[in-house]
Amino acid sequence: MPYFYLKMALKNGFRHRLRATLTITGIVIAILAFGLLRTIVNAWYAGADAASESRLVTRNSISLVFTLPISYKEKIRQVDGIKGLSWANWFGGVYIDERNFFPQFAVDAASYMPLYPEYQFDEAEHKAFLLDKRGAAVGRKLATRYGWKVGDTVPLKGTIFPGTYQFVVRAIFDGKTKNTDTNVFFFHWQLLNDRMEQLYPGRANRIGVFIIGLSDPAGAAQVSQTIDREFRNSLAETLTETEKAFQLGFVAMTEAIVVAIEIVAYVVILIIMAVMANTMAMAARERTAEYATLKALGFAPGVVGRLIFIESMLLAAIGGAIGIALTFPVARAFGSALDNLFPIFNISQQTIMLQVLSAAVVGLAAAVIPAIRSSRVRIVEGLRNIG
Amino acid sequence: MRIPFPYIYRNLLTRKLTTALTAGGMALVVFVYATVLMLEAGLKETLVQTGSEDNVTVIRKSSQTEVQSAIDRKQAGIIESSPQIAYGGDGRKLVSKESVVLITLPKRDSDKPSNVVIRGTSLTGLALRPQVKLAAGRMFKPGSAEIVAGRAIAERFKGGGIGETIRFGQREWRVVGVFDAGKTGFNSEIWGDVEQMMQAFRRPVFSALTFKLADSQQFEAFVNAIEGDPRLTVEAKRETQFYADQSEVMAKFIKYLGLALSIIFSLGAIIGAMITMYASVSNRIGEIGTLRALGFGRSSVLAAFLIEALALAGLGGVIGIVCASGMQLLTISTMNWQTFSELAFSFTLTPGIVLRSLLFALFMGLVGGFLPAARAARMKIVDALREA
Repeated sequence: MPYFYLKMALKNGFRHRLRATLTITGIVIAILAFGLLRTIVNAWYAGADAASESRLVTRNSISLVFTLPISYKEKIRQVDGIKGLSWANWFGGVYIDERNFFPQFAVDAASYMPLYPEYQFDEAEHKAFLLDKRGAAVGRKLATRYGWKVGDTVPLKGTIFPGTYQFVVRAIFDGKTKNTDTNVFFFHWQLLNDRMEQLYPGRANRIGVFIIGLSDPAGAAQVSQTIDREFRNSLAETLTETEKAFQLGFVAMTEAIVVAIEIVAYVVILIIMAVMANTMAMAARERTAEYATLKALGFAPGVVGRLIFIESMLLAAIGGAIGIALTFPVARAFGSALDNLFPIFNISQQTIMLQVLSAAVVGLAAAVIPAIRSSRVRIVEGLRNIG
Repeated sequence: MRIPFPYIYRNLLTRKLTTALTAGGMALVVFVYATVLMLEAGLKETLVQTGSEDNVTVIRKSSQTEVQSAIDRKQAGIIESSPQIAYGGDGRKLVSKESVVLITLPKRDSDKPSNVVIRGTSLTGLALRPQVKLAAGRMFKPGSAEIVAGRAIAERFKGGGIGETIRFGQREWRVVGVFDAGKTGFNSEIWGDVEQMMQAFRRPVFSALTFKLADSQQFEAFVNAIEGDPRLTVEAKRETQFYADQSEVMAKFIKYLGLALSIIFSLGAIIGAMITMYASVSNRIGEIGTLRALGFGRSSVLAAFLIEALALAGLGGVIGIVCASGMQLLTISTMNWQTFSELAFSFTLTPGIVLRSLLFALFMGLVGGFLPAARAARMKIVDALREA
C-alpha cells in the first residue's frame, strides 16, 4: 500500500511537468533565501559567539568614547581571581580611503596576545612583532585581502588620533577555528602613547578598554563588581562585563536591523507557502473527478487526502534539497562579497535544520485545505466536475 | 478587439481560493518591496532634514564625526572671527561652539544599552536649528545642570522623560523639556549647556562649531580661508552634506539589502503568478475554444488572460501598499555605524513609492502572465474544443 501511494503521488506530481518545475523552483528560491538570511543574522552575532567567557572587558561607564587612565591597571591587578591583564585602544584609522574599513587596535602586545590563544602566531614572527615598536600583527584574512606580506609598510591615517602612522607588518596570524575573526590589525599601544605624549599630553596614558583574563570563568560577576566598586565616584567610573556581554551590546544597538532580517526570512517562507498551496489547490481541483472515481471504486476518503499530502511533501522535499545544496556556494559568494561587513560568514547546523523544517512545514501546510476539500468530495458532484 | 471583461472578473470570483492565494503572495512581495523603499526614504529624509543648507559644520581634519573631533578654544576663537558668519537679531554672531559626546543609556522596554548623543550647546545653537521646537516643558537654563531630550529619546530611553534624571559625569542632570525636531536626527539627541558639559566630562575642548553663513555663496571663500590658515587643523562642510555623509554606509546597506530581497521575492512571486495562470489556461481550454468559436480573436483571448494576470497582480499590489502604509506608525531605532550613536527614523511613504510598488506588482503580473496567455491565444479552435 505505501508503495502504491508513492507511485501515485510521483505520477501525479509530475503530470504537469511545467507546473512541477515552477513549484520546485519557487521552493528552491525560498529555501535558499531563507538560509542566506539566517546566515546573515548569524554573522551578526559571530563576534559575540566567538567571545570567551573567561575574559572581562572594563570600559568607562559613560560610554566607549571615554577613556580610562592607565594607572587603573595597578588597582585592577590586585583584585582576586585575575590571571592576566591587558589593555587596548580602538584606533579607527583609515587605510587609503574610508571604504577600506577594518578594525585596528593599539594593544599592549606582551600581555594581550597571551589572553587570546585563538590567535595562532608563527613563533619567529611573533618575536619580531614584539621587538619592533613600529611593528604590526595582521590577521590572515586581512593580509590576504590587501595582499600584505611580512615586511610591508601599511600607512594608516588617524581619525580619533590625529596624524599619519606608518606600520611595518611583522606577523601574520591565523585563527584557531574557522569562527575566529582574523580580519583585525594590531599594533603597539606604546607607539600611540608616545605620539600622544608629544602632541596632546592631556590625552596620553589613557586607554579604551582593559581586557582581563579570569582564572575561573565562574568568578566573572564577583570580579566585575569588585572592579567597578573600586572606582565608584572617581573621575572615570568603570563598567566591567564579560566579553560576550560587551560584544552583544554592539549587536543590541543594531538589533532593529537584525530583527527585520529575521522577520523577512520567515516572510519568504510564508510567500512560498502561498505559492505552493496554490499549486496543490489547483492540482486537487483538476482531479476532483478522479478523486470521485477513486471513491466510487471504494477507496476510503482518507486515501485521497493522503495522496495529496504525499505529493505535496515530495515537491517540497525535492525543492528543499536543491535549495539547501545551493545555499553553500551562494553563501560563499555572498560572504566574500561582504567580507568587510561580516568577516565570519558560515552556515550553521541550526540553519540547515531550520531549512529542512521549513520545507516540511511548507509541504504540509500547502496540502491541508486541498486534502480536506477533496476527501469530502461527493461522488456525484465530483464526477460532474469540470475542473 | 473585443475583450470579454465579465468573463475575466467572473472567473476570478469563481476560483476564490486560487485568486486569494495568488493575490496574497503578490501582496506580501509588494509589501516587503514597499517597506524597504520606505525605510530608505525615511532614513534619507531624516538625514537630509537634519542639516540646513546655509549652516556650516566645522570639525577637526579627518576626524569624520563630531564625537571624534576636537577643536581647542584658540582655534574656535579664530574660526569665530571669520567674516563669513551671519549676525543674529541681537547683534551677536550666529555661531555655536558645541561639545558632542556619547553616553550609554538603557532602553525603556528592553533595558538594553545604546549610545546616545549628548550635545553641549547654547541658545545660539538652538537659533541655528529652527527645525528644533520645544514640545513640552521648557528649555534648559544656561549654566545649570538641566537638559532637554529629543522626542525619540524621551519615548525610548530610561531617564529621558520630563522630570526624570540621568546621571553622568558625577552629576545628576534633570530633564526639563522635550523637543521635537520633526523627522531629523536631532530627535535622537540630548541637549544641555556646553560649558557645563565640558566641565562634567573634563574635556577642555569643543567637538565642533556650527555657524550660519551670511551669504550662502560665501562657503567656498570660508573653506579657502580656513585651509590657508596655518593655525587651524580643521575642515568644514555644509551641514546638509555633513549629515548625508554620516549615514552613507547605513543608506547603502539598506539599499543593497532591499535590492537583494526584492529580486529574490519577485522571482518567487513571478513563479507563483505563472503557476496560477498556466493552470487557469489549461483548466479552461474548452472555454477558450468556445470564446474563439464565438468570434473573439486571438488578440482578444491574449488580452483577456493578460488582464486577468494584471488584475490579480494589481489587487495584490494594492493590498500590499495598504499594509505597507501601516508601517508608517513604526519607528526604527538603530545604531549608525559611522557615528557609533543612536539614530531613530521612520518609514516614509511617498507618492513615488506607491507608484513604483504598483508598477512592480504589474510587472510581476505581466511577466508571470505573458507565457500562459500566449499559450491560450495560440491554440487552434478545433483542438481546444476537442480537448474539452
